[in-house]
Amino acid sequence: MAISPVFFYLFAAVAILCSLMVVFKRNPVANAFSLVLVFFAFAGIYAMLDAHLIAALQVLVYAGAIMVLFVFVIMLLNADVPSFDLARSHAVVKVASITGCLVLLGLFIWAFKNTTFHAPIANFTPENVEAAGGNTRVVSELMFSDYILPFELTSVLLLGAIVGAVAMAKRKAGPNLPPGYRGKA
Amino acid sequence: MDQLTAQFTGQVEPWVVLSFSAVIFVIGLAGVLVRRNILVILMSIELMLNSVNLTFVTFSKQLHDMGGQLSVFFIITVAAAESAVGLGLIISMFRTLRSVDTDEIQLLRE
Repeated sequence: MAISPVFFYLFAAVAILCSLMVVFKRNPVANAFSLVLVFFAFAGIYAMLDAHLIAALQVLVYAGAIMVLFVFVIMLLNADVPSFDLARSHAVVKVASITGCLVLLGLFIWAFKNTTFHAPIANFTPENVEAAGGNTRVVSELMFSDYILPFELTSVLLLGAIVGAVAMAKRKAGPNLPPGYRGKA
Repeated sequence: MDQLTAQFTGQVEPWVVLSFSAVIFVIGLAGVLVRRNILVILMSIELMLNSVNLTFVTFSKQLHDMGGQLSVFFIITVAAAESAVGLGLIISMFRTLRSVDTDEIQLLRE
Protein backbone atom coordinates (compact mmCIF):
# COMPACT_ATOMS: atom_id res chain seq x y z
CA MET A 1 0.00 0.00 0.00
CA ALA A 2 1.33 3.38 -0.92
CA ILE A 3 1.48 4.89 2.54
CA SER A 4 4.50 6.54 4.05
CA PRO A 5 6.39 4.01 6.20
CA VAL A 6 7.93 6.73 8.37
CA PHE A 7 4.61 8.17 9.43
CA PHE A 8 2.96 4.77 9.68
CA TYR A 9 5.62 3.45 12.07
CA LEU A 10 5.55 6.73 14.02
CA PHE A 11 1.78 6.53 14.54
CA ALA A 12 1.96 2.79 15.23
CA ALA A 13 4.66 3.24 17.88
CA VAL A 14 2.67 6.02 19.57
CA ALA A 15 -0.49 3.90 19.49
CA ILE A 16 1.17 0.78 20.91
CA LEU A 17 3.02 2.65 23.67
CA CYS A 18 -0.06 4.60 24.68
CA SER A 19 -2.33 1.57 24.63
CA LEU A 20 0.15 -0.24 26.89
CA MET A 21 -0.13 2.77 29.19
CA VAL A 22 -3.92 2.52 29.04
CA VAL A 23 -3.75 -1.03 30.31
CA PHE A 24 -0.83 -0.91 32.72
CA LYS A 25 -0.93 2.46 34.46
CA ARG A 26 -2.56 2.89 37.83
CA ASN A 27 -4.16 6.30 37.55
CA PRO A 28 -7.52 6.34 35.69
CA VAL A 29 -6.91 9.89 34.45
CA ALA A 30 -3.57 8.83 32.94
CA ASN A 31 -5.35 5.88 31.32
CA ALA A 32 -7.96 8.19 29.80
CA PHE A 33 -5.44 10.64 28.36
CA SER A 34 -3.29 7.83 26.92
CA LEU A 35 -6.45 6.59 25.24
CA VAL A 36 -6.92 10.03 23.65
CA LEU A 37 -3.41 9.77 22.17
CA VAL A 38 -4.22 6.28 20.83
CA PHE A 39 -7.33 7.67 19.14
CA PHE A 40 -5.36 10.49 17.53
CA ALA A 41 -2.74 8.05 16.24
CA PHE A 42 -5.49 5.90 14.76
CA ALA A 43 -7.00 8.97 13.10
CA GLY A 44 -3.65 9.65 11.45
CA ILE A 45 -3.47 6.10 10.13
CA TYR A 46 -7.04 6.30 8.80
CA ALA A 47 -6.15 9.52 6.97
CA MET A 48 -3.13 7.80 5.40
CA LEU A 49 -5.35 4.93 4.27
CA ASP A 50 -7.60 7.37 2.35
CA ALA A 51 -10.45 7.09 4.85
CA HIS A 52 -10.81 10.80 5.42
CA LEU A 53 -14.36 10.78 6.76
CA ILE A 54 -13.49 8.01 9.21
CA ALA A 55 -10.44 9.96 10.39
CA ALA A 56 -12.57 13.04 11.07
CA LEU A 57 -15.22 10.97 12.83
CA GLN A 58 -12.54 9.28 14.92
CA VAL A 59 -11.35 12.64 16.22
CA LEU A 60 -14.86 14.05 16.71
CA VAL A 61 -16.66 11.05 18.18
CA TYR A 62 -13.94 9.05 19.91
CA ALA A 63 -11.40 11.65 21.00
CA GLY A 64 -14.14 14.21 21.51
CA ALA A 65 -17.40 12.80 22.73
CA ILE A 66 -16.50 9.40 24.20
CA MET A 67 -13.40 10.62 25.99
CA VAL A 68 -15.23 13.60 27.49
CA LEU A 69 -17.74 11.08 28.82
CA PHE A 70 -14.96 8.96 30.32
CA VAL A 71 -13.15 11.88 31.94
CA PHE A 72 -16.44 13.22 33.24
CA VAL A 73 -17.30 9.90 34.89
CA ILE A 74 -13.80 9.62 36.39
CA MET A 75 -14.24 13.11 37.83
CA LEU A 76 -17.76 12.33 39.04
CA LEU A 77 -16.83 9.12 40.81
CA ASN A 78 -13.54 10.44 42.17
CA ALA A 79 -12.66 6.79 42.76
CA ASP A 80 -9.05 7.38 43.54
CA VAL A 81 -8.39 3.81 44.55
CA PRO A 82 -5.04 2.46 43.41
CA SER A 83 -6.51 -0.30 41.35
CA PHE A 84 -3.58 -1.99 39.73
CA ASP A 85 -4.26 -5.36 41.16
CA LEU A 86 -2.35 -7.86 39.14
CA ALA A 87 -1.05 -9.10 42.46
CA ARG A 88 -4.48 -9.78 43.88
CA SER A 89 -5.73 -12.00 41.10
CA HIS A 90 -4.67 -15.61 41.00
CA ALA A 91 -1.26 -16.18 39.52
CA VAL A 92 -2.64 -19.00 37.40
CA VAL A 93 -5.30 -16.75 35.90
CA LYS A 94 -2.74 -14.02 35.26
CA VAL A 95 -0.26 -16.31 33.53
CA ALA A 96 -3.01 -18.03 31.56
CA SER A 97 -4.43 -14.69 30.38
CA ILE A 98 -1.09 -13.34 29.21
CA THR A 99 -0.15 -16.63 27.56
CA GLY A 100 -3.49 -16.85 25.81
CA CYS A 101 -3.14 -13.28 24.57
CA LEU A 102 0.34 -13.93 23.19
CA VAL A 103 -0.80 -17.14 21.48
CA LEU A 104 -3.73 -15.24 19.96
CA LEU A 105 -1.36 -12.51 18.76
CA GLY A 106 0.89 -15.09 17.11
CA LEU A 107 -2.13 -16.69 15.47
CA PHE A 108 -3.35 -13.33 14.17
CA ILE A 109 0.04 -12.39 12.74
CA TRP A 110 0.46 -15.81 11.15
CA ALA A 111 -2.99 -15.57 9.61
CA PHE A 112 -2.48 -12.04 8.31
CA LYS A 113 0.93 -12.87 6.91
CA ASN A 114 -0.53 -15.75 4.94
CA THR A 115 -3.56 -13.84 3.71
CA THR A 116 -3.78 -13.80 -0.04
CA PHE A 117 -5.72 -10.80 -1.18
CA HIS A 118 -8.17 -11.56 -3.93
CA ALA A 119 -8.68 -9.21 -6.81
CA PRO A 120 -10.47 -6.01 -5.81
CA ILE A 121 -14.17 -6.71 -5.39
CA ALA A 122 -15.34 -3.23 -6.34
CA ASN A 123 -14.00 -0.34 -8.36
CA PHE A 124 -13.56 2.29 -5.65
CA THR A 125 -9.92 2.87 -6.50
CA PRO A 126 -8.42 6.09 -5.12
CA GLU A 127 -8.57 7.62 -8.60
CA ASN A 128 -12.25 6.75 -9.08
CA VAL A 129 -13.12 8.03 -5.61
CA GLU A 130 -11.24 11.24 -6.34
CA ALA A 131 -13.09 11.68 -9.64
CA ALA A 132 -16.46 11.05 -7.94
CA GLY A 133 -15.93 13.94 -5.53
CA GLY A 134 -13.79 12.56 -2.74
CA ASN A 135 -14.05 10.04 0.05
CA THR A 136 -16.66 11.87 2.12
CA ARG A 137 -19.01 12.31 -0.81
CA VAL A 138 -18.74 8.68 -1.93
CA VAL A 139 -19.28 7.32 1.58
CA SER A 140 -22.23 9.64 2.17
CA GLU A 141 -23.90 8.71 -1.10
CA LEU A 142 -23.53 5.02 -0.29
CA MET A 143 -24.86 5.61 3.20
CA PHE A 144 -28.04 7.19 1.91
CA SER A 145 -28.61 4.69 -0.88
CA ASP A 146 -27.36 1.14 -0.31
CA TYR A 147 -26.95 1.38 3.44
CA ILE A 148 -30.08 3.37 4.28
CA LEU A 149 -31.64 0.62 6.41
CA PRO A 150 -28.70 0.20 8.82
CA PHE A 151 -28.39 3.99 8.91
CA GLU A 152 -31.99 4.34 10.05
CA LEU A 153 -31.62 1.48 12.52
CA THR A 154 -28.69 3.40 13.99
CA SER A 155 -31.08 6.14 15.07
CA VAL A 156 -33.25 3.57 16.86
CA LEU A 157 -30.11 2.22 18.57
CA LEU A 158 -29.11 5.71 19.72
CA LEU A 159 -32.59 6.37 21.05
CA GLY A 160 -32.50 3.10 22.99
CA ALA A 161 -29.04 3.93 24.35
CA ILE A 162 -30.19 7.37 25.52
CA VAL A 163 -33.21 5.96 27.30
CA GLY A 164 -31.15 3.13 28.80
CA ALA A 165 -28.38 5.42 30.04
CA VAL A 166 -30.87 7.80 31.66
CA ALA A 167 -32.80 4.93 33.23
CA MET A 168 -29.67 3.38 34.69
CA ALA A 169 -27.93 6.51 35.93
CA LYS A 170 -31.12 7.88 37.48
CA ARG A 171 -31.19 7.96 41.25
CA LYS A 172 -33.45 5.24 42.59
CA ALA A 173 -36.07 6.07 45.22
CA GLY A 174 -34.88 3.72 47.93
CA PRO A 175 -31.73 1.67 48.30
CA ASN A 176 -32.38 -1.99 47.70
CA LEU A 177 -29.28 -2.97 49.64
CA PRO A 178 -28.50 -2.67 53.32
CA PRO A 179 -26.88 0.72 54.01
CA GLY A 180 -23.15 0.52 54.33
CA TYR A 181 -22.91 -2.55 52.15
CA ARG A 182 -19.49 -2.58 50.62
CA GLY A 183 -19.03 -6.17 49.61
CA LYS A 184 -16.25 -8.28 50.95
CA ALA A 185 -12.85 -6.65 50.67
CA MET B 1 18.34 12.25 -0.49
CA ASP B 2 16.93 9.57 -2.78
CA GLN B 3 16.82 7.23 0.18
CA LEU B 4 14.93 9.83 2.20
CA THR B 5 12.38 10.29 -0.58
CA ALA B 6 12.00 6.53 -0.83
CA GLN B 7 11.30 6.38 2.87
CA PHE B 8 8.46 8.82 2.52
CA THR B 9 6.93 7.31 -0.60
CA GLY B 10 7.65 3.64 0.02
CA GLN B 11 5.28 0.82 0.67
CA VAL B 12 3.89 -0.66 3.86
CA GLU B 13 2.74 -4.22 3.36
CA PRO B 14 -0.94 -4.78 4.23
CA TRP B 15 -0.11 -7.55 6.66
CA VAL B 16 2.00 -5.10 8.69
CA VAL B 17 -0.99 -2.82 9.15
CA LEU B 18 -3.22 -5.77 9.98
CA SER B 19 -0.68 -7.12 12.47
CA PHE B 20 -0.45 -3.70 14.09
CA SER B 21 -4.19 -3.72 14.62
CA ALA B 22 -3.90 -7.28 16.01
CA VAL B 23 -1.32 -6.02 18.51
CA ILE B 24 -3.71 -3.30 19.70
CA PHE B 25 -6.55 -5.84 19.88
CA VAL B 26 -4.46 -8.18 22.03
CA ILE B 27 -3.40 -5.33 24.34
CA GLY B 28 -7.07 -4.47 24.80
CA LEU B 29 -7.93 -8.12 25.44
CA ALA B 30 -5.17 -8.36 28.05
CA GLY B 31 -6.60 -5.26 29.70
CA VAL B 32 -10.05 -6.82 29.90
CA LEU B 33 -8.64 -10.04 31.35
CA VAL B 34 -6.09 -8.62 33.80
CA ARG B 35 -7.48 -5.37 35.14
CA ARG B 36 -10.11 -5.13 37.87
CA ASN B 37 -11.03 -1.44 37.50
CA ILE B 38 -14.22 -1.40 35.44
CA LEU B 39 -13.40 1.99 33.90
CA VAL B 40 -10.16 0.58 32.50
CA ILE B 41 -12.02 -2.49 31.26
CA LEU B 42 -14.37 -0.23 29.31
CA MET B 43 -11.38 1.66 27.88
CA SER B 44 -9.82 -1.65 26.82
CA ILE B 45 -13.03 -2.55 25.02
CA GLU B 46 -12.76 0.76 23.15
CA LEU B 47 -9.20 -0.19 22.17
CA MET B 48 -10.41 -3.52 20.77
CA LEU B 49 -13.19 -1.80 18.80
CA ASN B 50 -10.64 0.62 17.36
CA SER B 51 -8.34 -2.14 16.20
CA VAL B 52 -11.24 -3.87 14.46
CA ASN B 53 -12.04 -0.56 12.75
CA LEU B 54 -8.48 -0.36 11.47
CA THR B 55 -8.76 -3.88 10.07
CA PHE B 56 -11.96 -2.89 8.26
CA VAL B 57 -10.33 0.21 6.77
CA THR B 58 -7.25 -1.73 5.66
CA PHE B 59 -9.32 -4.36 3.86
CA SER B 60 -11.50 -1.61 2.41
CA LYS B 61 -8.44 0.02 0.87
CA GLN B 62 -6.97 -3.25 -0.27
CA LEU B 63 -10.15 -4.53 -1.94
CA HIS B 64 -11.21 -1.11 -3.31
CA ASP B 65 -14.57 -1.48 -1.57
CA MET B 66 -16.33 1.16 0.50
CA GLY B 67 -18.33 -1.34 2.57
CA GLY B 68 -15.53 -1.49 5.14
CA GLN B 69 -15.64 2.22 5.79
CA LEU B 70 -19.43 2.14 6.10
CA SER B 71 -19.06 -0.66 8.65
CA VAL B 72 -16.59 1.47 10.60
CA PHE B 73 -19.16 4.27 10.68
CA PHE B 74 -21.73 1.93 12.22
CA ILE B 75 -19.18 0.48 14.65
CA ILE B 76 -18.32 4.00 15.85
CA THR B 77 -22.02 4.62 16.48
CA VAL B 78 -22.39 1.37 18.40
CA ALA B 79 -19.26 2.19 20.41
CA ALA B 80 -20.66 5.59 21.37
CA ALA B 81 -23.96 4.01 22.47
CA GLU B 82 -22.10 1.26 24.30
CA SER B 83 -19.88 3.63 26.25
CA ALA B 84 -22.86 5.82 27.20
CA VAL B 85 -24.78 2.82 28.54
CA GLY B 86 -21.64 1.33 30.09
CA LEU B 87 -20.79 4.51 31.96
CA GLY B 88 -24.40 4.70 33.18
CA LEU B 89 -23.97 1.17 34.49
CA ILE B 90 -20.70 2.16 36.18
CA ILE B 91 -22.37 5.10 37.92
CA SER B 92 -25.18 2.83 39.06
CA MET B 93 -22.66 0.26 40.30
CA PHE B 94 -20.63 2.88 42.13
CA ARG B 95 -23.77 4.16 43.81
CA THR B 96 -24.58 0.66 45.06
CA LEU B 97 -21.15 -0.69 45.95
CA ARG B 98 -19.09 2.51 46.49
CA SER B 99 -16.40 0.92 44.33
CA VAL B 100 -15.36 0.51 40.71
CA ASP B 101 -13.69 -2.81 41.40
CA THR B 102 -15.13 -5.81 39.59
CA ASP B 103 -14.20 -8.10 42.48
CA GLU B 104 -16.85 -6.33 44.56
CA ILE B 105 -19.62 -7.50 42.25
CA GLN B 106 -20.63 -10.59 44.18
CA LEU B 107 -24.19 -9.92 45.32
CA LEU B 108 -25.31 -13.38 44.16
CA ARG B 109 -22.87 -14.99 46.60
CA GLU B 110 -24.44 -13.42 49.66
